[in-house]
Amino acid sequence: MKQRPTLSRPALALALVSAIGMVLAGVSFYIALIVFAIWIGTLWLGSPKPPQPERSDGDGVFTRASVGDLIEHSATPMLLTQGSRVTTANLSARRLLGSHLVDQDARVAFRHPEAIALLGRDAAGSAIIRGLERRRDIWSMNRQPIGDGFAVIELVNRTSEADISRAHTDFVANASHELRTPLASIIGYVETLLESPGSLDSETSNKFLATIAREARRLQHLVEDLMSLSRVEAEKHDQPDEEIGFANLVERAARDAAGSERSDRLELQCDSPVLIAGDSQQVEQLVRNLVDNALKYGDDDKTVSVTVDTSGKGEATLTVKDRGEGIAAEHLPHLTRRFYRTDPGRSRASGGTGLGLAIVKHIVERHRGRLDIESVRGEGTTVTVRIPSKAVADDVVKLS
Amino acid sequence: MPEHTVKAFDEDITRLRGLIAEMGGLAEVSIQESLDAMVQGNESLAEKVVKRDRKIDAIETDVDKLAVRIIALRAPMADDLREVIAALKIAGVIERIGDYAKNIARRVGEIEGRKRFEPLTLLPAMGDLAAEMVHDVLTAYASRDPELALEVIRADAKVDAFYNSIFRNLVSHMVENPATISSAAQLLFVAKNIERIGDHATNVAEMVHFAATGDYPPDEDN
Repeated sequence: MKQRPTLSRPALALALVSAIGMVLAGVSFYIALIVFAIWIGTLWLGSPKPPQPERSDGDGVFTRASVGDLIEHSATPMLLTQGSRVTTANLSARRLLGSHLVDQDARVAFRHPEAIALLGRDAAGSAIIRGLERRRDIWSMNRQPIGDGFAVIELVNRTSEADISRAHTDFVANASHELRTPLASIIGYVETLLESPGSLDSETSNKFLATIAREARRLQHLVEDLMSLSRVEAEKHDQPDEEIGFANLVERAARDAAGSERSDRLELQCDSPVLIAGDSQQVEQLVRNLVDNALKYGDDDKTVSVTVDTSGKGEATLTVKDRGEGIAAEHLPHLTRRFYRTDPGRSRASGGTGLGLAIVKHIVERHRGRLDIESVRGEGTTVTVRIPSKAVADDVVKLS
Repeated sequence: MPEHTVKAFDEDITRLRGLIAEMGGLAEVSIQESLDAMVQGNESLAEKVVKRDRKIDAIETDVDKLAVRIIALRAPMADDLREVIAALKIAGVIERIGDYAKNIARRVGEIEGRKRFEPLTLLPAMGDLAAEMVHDVLTAYASRDPELALEVIRADAKVDAFYNSIFRNLVSHMVENPATISSAAQLLFVAKNIERIGDHATNVAEMVHFAATGDYPPDEDN
């Protein structure tokens, strides 16, 4: 639609007043009318064209900074690239890939061949890439060119979907076996007691009852552990943000795990003031499991040292070191697998469910930490947990 | 890194780092796929790994050319020079890692009676350790993180220990099942290749540490 030039009101008023003045001064009405018409005509011709309005909101011009602001707090990791360089990365992307990626070649951030193929393409597209942050995770990467060599990249985490289907099959395979074993012995002993009332002397039947009680308790522990494992797994993908004084919590949980009769074997060194962002209940459980393991599998008369410290990179570290017979190297990579046991007989005898370290691993992963197990035969095992400290996590947020 | 007065120099360095990362990504996928192919007996996957190695070699040549060009045209100094020298050496090492992955893939067809061949189950765990090292060292390179590089160097001891245990395991398996000796011997080479991948990841870690700090990491006795 073509815009009509508009006339200014004062000019119109002036013309009108002049015409009326001319009529009042005795000039013929028609002449006054013609003068008025000519006046208006020249005003109309001479009025400047109104400036073109700004383009409507939808296709307004965005600057790089405004796009950066737009995506900054999106929960989805998003990046803006120009040519092969990353020019802007939002908060989630910096958390995921590190703040160093800005101004780098995009290939440095995404080195998976599929991702690189996608970066080299002109058209929009998506790719599934593995091992973006951790080696096993799965992300889908969507790229949309927006002109002038710029492109927007969006990353969506697909790990949880793959995890769920794998977890299902694992669970059915292992848990049913583990649950059935104690049940079988409970049923067996109970049936024996039922079928032969009176024929068993009280010593034997007491022994049977003790076995039933022990197996039932094991079953109870197992169900509890399975519950907490599934809870941790369910929450695995949302990051905890409670502020925790790591050292205090470790000290409390370690004493709790040792109980009164084993507490003299603990050697605590928890005076680092490091804060972490975490889930206090889960971190407590992590410490309890590790300390309990160390006390259980270390030599009965040797101490277990529990140390809280900070690493060079500002991570909070927890080291639990026992002095026992240690673990053979071939078992080490499997230790965090559910129901994996280096020595099934011994583990059952001491009431282990085979889930403790699996729970620990999941909790560490949820806190974006790392778990390391080292062991020397004959000397003992050292478990190290490193969790990013609150300061480090906040730094990433501040950097923009 | 602070910007340089000559913008083109920044672009060259960025491109160099991009090429190294691309090579690393290819090598990483090759390691994973060669091990998967080995465990599943998937020969078409193995074929893919062998083909991919050519791409890695081609990028290595690109890196060499670009690095020489940077040195010749821009005469880099201090950390820039370290960056270029490290890239040159890392490219060579990653190329070797790619070769080991290719070697593993080549042996896929040589394993017989895969279903009943129990030592095969030991490999993925060891391969995971080595692949993890390669993944971490490339991340350390991308973020110029000397701490993570040192961590990778420390992790090599685990791979070595694993190799020794697999070696013993395979030898006793051969003694007990003479019929599988040829397959088991192939597996020994595969284990050795994985062990070498770990060693080379350590080499890259040393370069990363050098590029970031100017010092080679202190030698740890392992």
